[in-house]
Amino acid sequence: MNTAVIISLTGFLILIFMIGIWSSRNVNRKGSGFLQEYFLGSRELGGFILAMTMIATYGSASSFIGGPGVAYTEGLGWVLLAMAQVATGYFVLMVLGKKFAIMARKYNALTLVDFLKHRYNSKAVVLFSAFSIIIFLFSAMAAQWVGGARLIESLTGLTYTSALFIFAVAVLIYVILGGFRAVVLTDTVQGVVMVGGTLVILIGTIIAGGGITNIMNDLMAENPNLVTPFGAEGNLTPAYVSSFWILVGVGVVALPQVTVRAMSYRNSQAMHRALIVGTVVVGFIMLGMHLIGVFARPIIPGVETGDHVMPMIAMEVLPAWVAGIVLAAPLAAIMSTVDSLLLLVSSAVVKDVYLNYIKPDASVRRVKQISFGVTAVLGVLVFALALSPPDLLIWLNLFAFGGLEAAFIWPVIFGLYWNKANKYGAFLSMIAGVFSYVLIHQFWPDPFGMHSVVLPVVLSFVCFVAGSLFTQGKSEKPLHM
Amino acid sequence: MEYKAIDLHKDPRFKIANREALIGVVLVIINFTWWYGFAYGLGSAPPEEYTFIMGLPAWFFYSCVAGFVLMVVLVVLAVKFLFTDVPFDDEEEERR
Repeated sequence: MNTAVIISLTGFLILIFMIGIWSSRNVNRKGSGFLQEYFLGSRELGGFILAMTMIATYGSASSFIGGPGVAYTEGLGWVLLAMAQVATGYFVLMVLGKKFAIMARKYNALTLVDFLKHRYNSKAVVLFSAFSIIIFLFSAMAAQWVGGARLIESLTGLTYTSALFIFAVAVLIYVILGGFRAVVLTDTVQGVVMVGGTLVILIGTIIAGGGITNIMNDLMAENPNLVTPFGAEGNLTPAYVSSFWILVGVGVVALPQVTVRAMSYRNSQAMHRALIVGTVVVGFIMLGMHLIGVFARPIIPGVETGDHVMPMIAMEVLPAWVAGIVLAAPLAAIMSTVDSLLLLVSSAVVKDVYLNYIKPDASVRRVKQISFGVTAVLGVLVFALALSPPDLLIWLNLFAFGGLEAAFIWPVIFGLYWNKANKYGAFLSMIAGVFSYVLIHQFWPDPFGMHSVVLPVVLSFVCFVAGSLFTQGKSEKPLHM
Repeated sequence: MEYKAIDLHKDPRFKIANREALIGVVLVIINFTWWYGFAYGLGSAPPEEYTFIMGLPAWFFYSCVAGFVLMVVLVVLAVKFLFTDVPFDDEEEERR
């Protein structure tokens, strides 16, 4: 059983690896545009690739392992919650859309922090944003590595350390060599694998369960709450479920790994195509994956650990060699998230901190060495931390997405659409967002029955508007080109 | 306002961009209303009284399956009829 799985997974890793090597030709070819190429793929993304890389980056371990596991426990209510993510398929690109792309080109911005730097012209904003990205995304990345290694471990029977080693080496090599282009091309392959995998497992699960009607009857017989929107224990309230529209729906607009992709498309046709492809694919994956979790319940009853549901159901309903190919999907999801985060954290270090404040006049050769070096060092550091994850890392990872959303949502949105937005408002709202999120998460979880990200987003909105309005007329000047 | 390198309202392309961002917001509101209305409108009844469509409870079918299809249709229509192609790169000479 395991041999077939190992062969399929190895084939998948080799394919990904070769794409990375192939992409590296572009990095070396374009001498002067190195930073543009390495961190942004020279802004040449077409529509299909753009859609797939956004989805693959965003759809992480949680969509493929964690989410279906919770759906198994909670029933259809959790699928309802997950469907808030359909909005990300179109909302992000429509809102950032053309304006962000045009402004990023005018500013010559390669990262979200570059954009904020030119828009607000404030050292405090730049340093605090770079700092938040490094801290939060580094922790998020480490957590994903742990997930990737656990998955390889459970599929192949290797030890955790060797699984982590294989995973780390595969990701590091193609990211260091190929940069952004390697990341988005591998993301595209991984996205296709994710879609195919979802379809195959879903069909296999429905057949194994004797049809949807049959599965629903089994669920009703076990616990009628499983087919209601309210969750197995009846404690998924409308307020709580709806508040996920902020966290996984519209708030995603502020995640640095998503915004950087909205700078990288070739032209507006590419963006239009990505809108359609993105909506279809993200909706299909979220609906399919979470339904698989629910449908798996009558077929493999009594699974205690939610994370095991997905690998177990694939092994159960599919022939071993197909399961091997399909289980590359969650691995793909994890790898494609990790590679983007790795590149993003290294761009924050190299571009936002080193080139801005340490050595602005560094030569191209030097920048190249630093970029490869920082990416490699970060990779090794994450590897070391993932070997035995410290508590602090796990604690920080809890805040990663919500914290970044609370920090960046208003500086990005108002920066684009409000002429009166200024650095005082931006800085105040970032500080308020991050700290109130961490505090509320720790001391007042789920205030008023909503997810803890909601209040910080409201608070940072108020701080932004108040901060900007009270300081109108103070001499603040966006940078000239 | 003449000191601003980029005026957020002057560039004619930004008018288009602003309109398209607004379309995004409108779509999310439609999406949310549909999703919430069917889920809690039909789903709040006791499970014994549920009707089923294609094997799925009606609330789930309308809210999540039909809602997803509806959004795909709306996004396609919006992109085809309301979105305008604009060049991104007319400031090429300003790039460093």
